[in-house]
Parts: sequence; C-alpha cells; structure tokens
Amino acid sequence: MALSKEHELHQRRKGRNIGVGLLLVGFIVLVFSLTFVKVTRGDFELPKAEQEVSQ
Amino acid sequence: MTEATDLSRDYEPTLGDYFALLKPRVMSLVVFTALVGLLAAPVPMHPVEIFASILFIAIGAGASGALNMWWDADIDAVMRRTAKRPIPSGRVEPGEALAVGVALSGLAVVMLGLAANLLAAALLAFTIFFYAVVYSMWLKRSTPQNIVIGGAAGAFPPMIGWVCATGSVTIEAWLMFALIFMWTPPHFWALALFMRSDYDDAGVPMLTVTHGRPATRNHILVYTVFLAVFALAAAATSIGGPIYLAVAAVLNALFLKGAIEIWRRDEVQAEADDYAVEKSFFKLSLLYLFLHFGAILLEAALRPFGYGGWGWL
Repeated sequence: MALSKEHELHQRRKGRNIGVGLLLVGFIVLVFSLTFVKVTRGDFELPKAEQEVSQ
Repeated sequence: MTEATDLSRDYEPTLGDYFALLKPRVMSLVVFTALVGLLAAPVPMHPVEIFASILFIAIGAGASGALNMWWDADIDAVMRRTAKRPIPSGRVEPGEALAVGVALSGLAVVMLGLAANLLAAALLAFTIFFYAVVYSMWLKRSTPQNIVIGGAAGAFPPMIGWVCATGSVTIEAWLMFALIFMWTPPHFWALALFMRSDYDDAGVPMLTVTHGRPATRNHILVYTVFLAVFALAAAATSIGGPIYLAVAAVLNALFLKGAIEIWRRDEVQAEADDYAVEKSFFKLSLLYLFLHFGAILLEAALRPFGYGGWGWL
C-alpha cells in the first residue's frame, strides 16, 4: 500500500484528527501567551541578584 | 490492541466521546466555583493567567472523571443513570479512558504549576488522587459515607482557585471548601430519599439502605446545621460583605427550615405527599450553592468600585 494513498480509516477519523489538531494549536497559542505575559511583567525587571550586582 | 491496528472496530469514537469521559457537567460546576475562588482573592492575576488556571483546573477535574469512569465501568453498566456513559455503552475502550485520565492529569498539574504556582498544582494533584483513588477505588464501595468523601473532592476547586491567586491557603479558602463539603451530603441524601436508585444492584452502599431512612434524615439535619455555621462565618471574612450576609442569612434560614421538616417526617408522611418536602429541599440546595458563590463573586466584582466587602460601610 503506497503511503500516499488515503486509507478509508483516514476518512473515518477525519473529524477527530482535525479536532485534535485544533486543540494542539490552541495549546500552543496558550503556552505562548502565558510565556509572553510572564516574561513582560514588571517591564523586564532584572532579577534581584543581578540588580544588586549592578548597583 | 493499539489505535493504529484496530481497523476492525465497528464504532469510531468521536472527539465528543472522549470529551464525555471528562464529565462536562461536573466540570462546569468546577469552573464556576474555581473562578469565584480565584476572583474573590485579594491578589489580582493577569487575564491570560486566570484563563489558563481555570482551564487546567477544569482539565484536572475532567481527568479525575475519566479515571473514575475507567475504574467504575462495571457498576456504571449496571445502573440506568450511568449505562450510557462512553465505556459501558462501548463507545470508548477502558484502556483509552485510563490513558486519557492519566495523560490529562499530568498535563493539568504541570501546566497549573507553570500558569499559577506550585502549591496550586500540588492541591490539584491531591484532588485528582483523592477523587480517583481515595473515593473511587477505596471508599465508594465500602462505606455509606462515600458521599461525604466524594464531596471533599468537589470542595477543592474554589480553594485551588484562591491559591492560584494568593499562593497560600487561608481561612477564606477553607470556608469556601467547607461550604461545598458540608453542602454535598444534605444535597445528595435528599435526592436519595425520593429517587429510587439502583446503587443497591451495583453494590454501592447508600446511607438510606445501610442505616435506613430515619438515620438519613438525621444526617441531613446535622450537616445542614454545620453548613449554616460555616456559611455565615464566611460573611465575616474578606470574601464576605453585606450582600453575602443577606443572601446567606435568607438561604440558610430556608435550608434549615427544610432540613428540620425533613427530620420531623417519617416515610408514611413522605409517601403521602410524594416526597414534596424532600424534592423542594433538593431544588433549594441547587439554588443555595449557586447563590452563595454568586454572592461571593458579586462582592469581589464590586470591590474595584469601592462597594465590595465591609470596608465601605
């Protein structure tokens, strides 16, 4: 069976596969947003230890 | 049998079948109470963090539901109420439910730790363990106090929400826990009094069967009295305020009145009016929980305008 040929199974599971794909995309967007929020909070404050060094 | 080789399967489970493993209706209650706990906390969170925290608490709760369905598939098949669940109806394989439950538990705990803090993640992990292992595997089939134990698992979400924001467990978190914990037994046992259930066929001990209906009526009254104490005590803390106090005073008076009426009745009286008092008590119990948490949310929502809590009086 050639890999390019679509098996009947792919048709049957199409809806489910699209759903899982969308969930994964959503998860990626969420992790990215969380990272963005956490990193940019406090206007890029230096960690305490580095602040002490720079003073 | 692995997914890839299982071509002979008659029914192809949809995403919705897997979603049904997460007990969506229980999840919606978890979302509501956890969100109230989080928003009532005096520490603000970023909206993205709030969304992520609530989402992963909900997924954690759903995962424990999937583990429960995996473990209880044998009794779910016997009972009419649960016979249509994904595993007993044959739509999802037991092994799949176990895999979904374990995988989502891990994901939810790790992600809550990253989105909020480690204490919240630890509490979520404990809640999943408590519901899946202590309740489902250990106590549900061995003691008629199973409702009380299961209620504890349901009581954790607002506490986890609170901890997401504050990073610590304080008296307010415990009181929100107590609100659900003490509410669950009277709520459920009232239902058990008027609903003919098939728990008996499934071998799950119910208080109404093991200790009799008069004992169940006593239990309802005792729990309702303690519930009122905790519900009113919450009014004096930072989650309370005049609105909450007014709501709690009215609801607890009505709830106590209902519990006393139930306690005074016997089965002959109850059957004479087709369990009218028990049924109305059960309906009130739904409103009771919703309005208490609604009032806590309202107090928190008014805080930015200077009217929440006791400070503005």
